Amino acid sequence: MTVDYTLKAEGFNLFYGEFHALKNLNLSIKRNTVTALIGPSGCGKSTLLRSFNRMNDLIPGVKTEGAIFFDGEDITKETVNLVRLRQKIGMVFQRPNPFPLSIRDNITFGPRVMGEKKSDVLDEIVEDSLKRVGLWEVLKEDLNRNALALSDEQQQRLCIARLLAVKPEIVLMDEPCSALDPIATLRIEELMLELKRRYTVVVVTHNMQQAARVSDETGLMYLGELVEFDKTKKIFTSPSQKITEDYVTGKFG
Amino acid sequence: MTPRRAEHVAIGLMVSGAFLALAILFFIIAVIMIKGLPHITARFLLDNPMDMGRAGGIFSTIVSTVYLLVVSLVIAIPLGVGTAIYLTEYTEEGKITKIVRFGTECLAGVPSIILGLFGFILFVIKLGFGWSVLSGGISLAIMILPVIIRTSEEAIKSVPQAFRDVNEVLGGSKWQGVTRLVLPNAAPGILTGVILSVGRGIGETAVVIFTLGTSLRTPFSIFDSGRSMAVHFYILAREGISMDNAYATAAVLVFSILIINIFSYYLMHKFVEARR
Ligand SMILES: Nc1ncnc2c1ncn2[C@@H]1O[C@H](COP(=O)(O)OP(=O)(O)O)[C@@H](O)[C@H]1O
Ligand SMILES: [Mg+2]
Repeated sequence: MTVDYTLKAEGFNLFYGEFHALKNLNLSIKRNTVTALIGPSGCGKSTLLRSFNRMNDLIPGVKTEGAIFFDGEDITKETVNLVRLRQKIGMVFQRPNPFPLSIRDNITFGPRVMGEKKSDVLDEIVEDSLKRVGLWEVLKEDLNRNALALSDEQQQRLCIARLLAVKPEIVLMDEPCSALDPIATLRIEELMLELKRRYTVVVVTHNMQQAARVSDETGLMYLGELVEFDKTKKIFTSPSQKITEDYVTGKFG
Repeated sequence: MTPRRAEHVAIGLMVSGAFLALAILFFIIAVIMIKGLPHITARFLLDNPMDMGRAGGIFSTIVSTVYLLVVSLVIAIPLGVGTAIYLTEYTEEGKITKIVRFGTECLAGVPSIILGLFGFILFVIKLGFGWSVLSGGISLAIMILPVIIRTSEEAIKSVPQAFRDVNEVLGGSKWQGVTRLVLPNAAPGILTGVILSVGRGIGETAVVIFTLGTSLRTPFSIFDSGRSMAVHFYILAREGISMDNAYATAAVLVFSILIINIFSYYLMHKFVEARR
């Protein structure tokens, strides 16, 4: 059986001006899995995540070398259609950041910028997206309420729903629980496990237990390098690198 | 003096300063109202001036003022907000933004009498618009442009970067982000700038007298001359035509500024409320 990879970095380097932030990364991410990226802060996890949907393009002075393949196409090329790429590879941010609009308008934002106007189609998208993040039953009567009135956890779920509304294949999450309390964190983790049935999830986390709980594979980054990338179980029980062992046992970080 | 004492003295000074400012404001308003209000009647507002303003009302000057403000805002808002969008969303901080910003600062510092003269020479004479709502509107637009640019820029910058990032993630173009997220969220701030400008424009005389002229007829076409309330007040008072009517005009002016401020405050409140 061949393994179905969706994202693949080959000899990937990234520079912020002179600063070499990602060093010769090689990794492959399997479809319909949760992959965790762990490592001390400043080691390049967010940078790598943002490389997957070219969000680093917004930062002046960023240069890359090597390649990242998404479904076989090198997405680091100039010619890549960024709108399409970002529709396929979506991202959820650290802090819940709903727009100060109604719940409905938050979710329809993406489909609408892509030109969807029919209200019955949009209604369907709203229902479907909210169902996928477990908010439909709670909020179906309140779709016109302002999203800022929701709790932090609901806001983060809404942000995920807003992303799912544009039908991505990959969901990138950058420390999505860092603004949430422990119980909300656990529930978002359940959601991640739920999501991987339809999507591929890549999650950056500070929280080692979180990586252990949700991910199938884990990569440890350190000073811009990918030190080790393997099955999560292996990373946490018998890592092959000393740094990994020290990190997962909490000796530094 | 102990630090504690010094602090008390400083606070005392600051409080009296604040009271002084308030007191002066109230004094001015009181004088104008006491001297002006008794002469304000429905006829004063709805009749045209007669005998140079000695008799009759101020209707044509109200029309001129509103007309002038509308024309200047129609010019200044798109230009100012557009500039602000360009500076904040479409350029890197650098030489160009510095030059444009420096230019706006300079423009803000130009004395209005000079601006009036400039408008007179360029629009009234060279371009042949004559004393007209058009000449006055453009000149006034130039005067308020820096305010609109600066307040819009601040308002746009205060829109969270996360909104732009999410827009990008969801496949929105920059322009879609600007029109769907940045501008709606910056609107209250932009409105504040517009109101400030209206306040400045409504009371401006130097620019207006040179460019709109002083005709007491009601302007219809954009090429008609007119006389704004502020100019009317100035002429009535300076030439001693009628102090009663001068004060009454001033009272109407002050009243309108007050109403505009209260109304805009209310609007902004509504706007912010609606987004809660
Ligand atoms: N916009 C930027 N410009 C310059 N350097 C940056 C920028 N963003 C991040 N860096 C640097 O790149 C390194 C990796 O950052 P980041 O990817 O945010 O790390 P992590 O998410 O693992 O904490 C850090 O040393 C950081 O200082
Ligand atoms: Mg980070």
